[in-house]
Amino acid sequence: MNVILILILASLGIALLFLAGFIWAVKSGQFEDTYTPSLRVLTDEEPAVRPVSLSSIQPKSKSHE
Amino acid sequence: MTGFSSLKSSTAPEPPASSPGETERRFQGPFACFHCGEPCKDALLVQDEKAFCCQGCLVVHDLLARSGLGHFYDLGRHPGSRVSSDAAADRWTCLDDPAVQQRLLDFTDGKMSRVTFQVPSIHCVACVWLLENLFRLHAGIGRSDVNFPRREVAIRFAPGQVKLSEIAALLASMGYEPKLTLDDLEKRPGDPARRRRWIQIGVAGFAFGNIMLFSFPGYFGMDGFHGPMLRALFDYLSLALALPVLIYSAADYWKSAWASIRQRTVTLDVPIAAGLAALYAQSAGEILSGHGHGYLDSLVALVFFLLCGRAFQQKTHDRLAFDRDYKSFFPLSARRRSGGREESVSISTLRVGDRIVLRNGELIPADARLVRGPALIDYSFVTGESEPVAKPEGEHLYAGGKQVGEAIEVEIAKPVSESYLTSLWNHESFRKRGGTDLNTLTNCYSRRFTMVVAALAIGAALFWFSAGNPARALKAFTSVLIVACPCALALAAPFTLGTAQRLLARAGIFLRNALVLERLAQVDAVVFDKTGTLTVSSASDIAMEGKPLSPDEQSWIAALTSQSTHPHSARLTEWLGEGRRRPVQSFSEIPGSGLSGCVEGHEIVLGSLSWLQSRNIGTNGQSAFKNHAGSAVHVALDGEYRGAFILSNPLRPETDPLLRDLATQYDIALLSGDNEKERPRFAEWFGGGARLHFHQSPADKLGFIRQLQQSGKTVMMVGDGLNDAGALRQSDVGIAVVEKVGAFSPASDVILEGGKVPRLADLLRIARRSTRIVRLSFGISAAYNLVGIGIAAAGILSPLICAILMPLSSVSVVLFACGATRWAAARALRSGNQDFTTAGRPANSPGGYPGPAKPLPSGMEELAFRGRPGKEVAA
Repeated sequence: MNVILILILASLGIALLFLAGFIWAVKSGQFEDTYTPSLRVLTDEEPAVRPVSLSSIQPKSKSHE
Repeated sequence: MTGFSSLKSSTAPEPPASSPGETERRFQGPFACFHCGEPCKDALLVQDEKAFCCQGCLVVHDLLARSGLGHFYDLGRHPGSRVSSDAAADRWTCLDDPAVQQRLLDFTDGKMSRVTFQVPSIHCVACVWLLENLFRLHAGIGRSDVNFPRREVAIRFAPGQVKLSEIAALLASMGYEPKLTLDDLEKRPGDPARRRRWIQIGVAGFAFGNIMLFSFPGYFGMDGFHGPMLRALFDYLSLALALPVLIYSAADYWKSAWASIRQRTVTLDVPIAAGLAALYAQSAGEILSGHGHGYLDSLVALVFFLLCGRAFQQKTHDRLAFDRDYKSFFPLSARRRSGGREESVSISTLRVGDRIVLRNGELIPADARLVRGPALIDYSFVTGESEPVAKPEGEHLYAGGKQVGEAIEVEIAKPVSESYLTSLWNHESFRKRGGTDLNTLTNCYSRRFTMVVAALAIGAALFWFSAGNPARALKAFTSVLIVACPCALALAAPFTLGTAQRLLARAGIFLRNALVLERLAQVDAVVFDKTGTLTVSSASDIAMEGKPLSPDEQSWIAALTSQSTHPHSARLTEWLGEGRRRPVQSFSEIPGSGLSGCVEGHEIVLGSLSWLQSRNIGTNGQSAFKNHAGSAVHVALDGEYRGAFILSNPLRPETDPLLRDLATQYDIALLSGDNEKERPRFAEWFGGGARLHFHQSPADKLGFIRQLQQSGKTVMMVGDGLNDAGALRQSDVGIAVVEKVGAFSPASDVILEGGKVPRLADLLRIARRSTRIVRLSFGISAAYNLVGIGIAAAGILSPLICAILMPLSSVSVVLFACGATRWAAARALRSGNQDFTTAGRPANSPGGYPGPAKPLPSGMEELAFRGRPGKEVAA
């Protein structure tokens, strides 16, 4: 039953990975504005239309930064 | 907003069908503009079977159609904003100044720059869509992102292909004028602080969940199951996880508690910090010595709940965005005249000795000396006097005044940041707010709380000590400190007052901050201003008596009245109608008397009877006008008396029940600048005990308030902010009633639109009930604390009990606070919950405060509410 020691440490490790992911998300500005994305859904346009950075670059299929 | 409720866009008919492509036919009629939804009053432009109220809307519509952005109109009904065409084209040139750009741009590397503009007129999905499709309107513009709650748009652009001023001009031409204030140039928004808070909550939540799980075996008695090693493992892991929470997540509380101790005051953060310290110390002691499990789950739960409470407060604050400080009224750019040339510069570059030109309506940015020109300065922002004061050349002018009339030239006498106006505001805010923050309910209670808890802890320790059980004494001492949960203190007021503040905002009443509610609850005297507050000033209540005027004559008079900023003139201008403004020669305005000027060769005199008589215009037989309630503005054309405009001031509906309601509980009084004619009417409504004073100057009003305060009353003043700004500032709670956004007075604590004045009794009731709820929350928390402290003082506190009691008390306090507040507010606001404000938004107001939204089809209403306070949504 000492395997439980490994299990606990492993699960704690995974949880820490999630925490790291959360911190990364906050630092990259994803929690800046949690409201406006809900508005963007309401327009009828294709998601691929907006430019990534400057309009000289062709719009890609993802519109994330 | 009153005025156009009969012309709501949803019921306005579409214009008659015209042949395709026919443009610019003119109709009379109440059609709604296809672009902005405002009623098209006289000049209606028709194109492709769509009506437009003005050239500006038509131009924007064409621009969008040409650029393939017609989808804009599919996203909302009349989604556009009316563009005010008086913006000078060179207003934005100061944005190309490298010094300005350095402060304004978020980022630039020569090839790509990013700027964030605040655009107050963002209000719906269509705006978001349009602003995020800006790249289609100019090749140099790249990706743009809208932040709807903050009404900002972040635009990336290639500085080599498009200038910043061009972007700003483009936005302004479409009705999305960026609001640039002194603050933008001086400080950056606190994004890093905000992110840090999120991470603090993340870390605390992470630790909270895990430590709780690790504590379960201890609670369920499974300790001995797998030997002491597992137990030690969980304990040490918990200790390790709790450390970052203590150091990082709770960092702000340590700093704040340390700061208050150094200032020898006790704020709420002191017992919180003491509790956290005691919790961790006790837990570490127990775990390291192997005697127990510690209270770590209670510790991290406490930190987590506190941080959540703070996040809630921040969210409320952001939503209402009531942060308007005086600096926001400073114009950003001024026209500097140097060596015969005029250039547009940012005011932060102005130096003492610079000469600038001020046109009609422009604010004086810094203390200055008048160099050239007849100056008529309107100091309504500074002293509350709405009547302009004439200043001779060489006279010192104070910042914050507005020039009325022809352009003048002034020389800057003091640097912008040290200006009289800033010091006045700082002094004022200090006088009104200083000491108030420390006297809030929360701080009063936390002081008492800390002392009582400390006394009990010491008392329990002494008791056990004297009973010969020192170990228990120590345990009792720390247990009392641990279990005495101050989190209710930290949570009750923010949740209650924050909820009440948001609900009031939905009903159209805006508070400067949540503490205003506490002061409102203490009010025992209410003073009303008359004109504009209890009476409605709308264009429709004007009647012309005398020989009828031809349309030409009307437009001459309108040309004259549009030069003046007096409220009567504004109403007349609106009533006489829009149209081409004719130029006026030798315009002159004598405050308190009237106007005169020459339009296209015709001399027009407008004003009081005595003013006309002083200009030798015969006004025989005009005594018939004397008995009219309301103001009479007499007019003479080319020396011949033509009659008078009667501006009646009807009372707002429901004022009568409001006054009766208030009279039962408060001392009420009326102050008016008008004459005694209205006394019998108001005496009846105010009741016998009330005081009515007429012929009050702004200084008189201020003195009256001061007198009341000296007699021990807490005074609430309700005014329109135009000629009673000083009184509003002086009173304990100042309520500004606004019809038009431009009349906003920064001295007020509460803003509400004219239609909401009858709700004042409800506001006071909600304030009283909210403070009662806060007290009750403290009571609930006190009950928990008594039980907990009792157990702790007996020295038998176990981690389990602590872990149950503390979160239980926090959660129940929060639920009670929010729930009770919603219920109380819903009851108070129930009647009249359905009155929507209608009609159009004001075009590009100077302060940028978005007015109430037009009624949108359901589904869009929620969006309108989010960005535009003043719109009600069924909860």
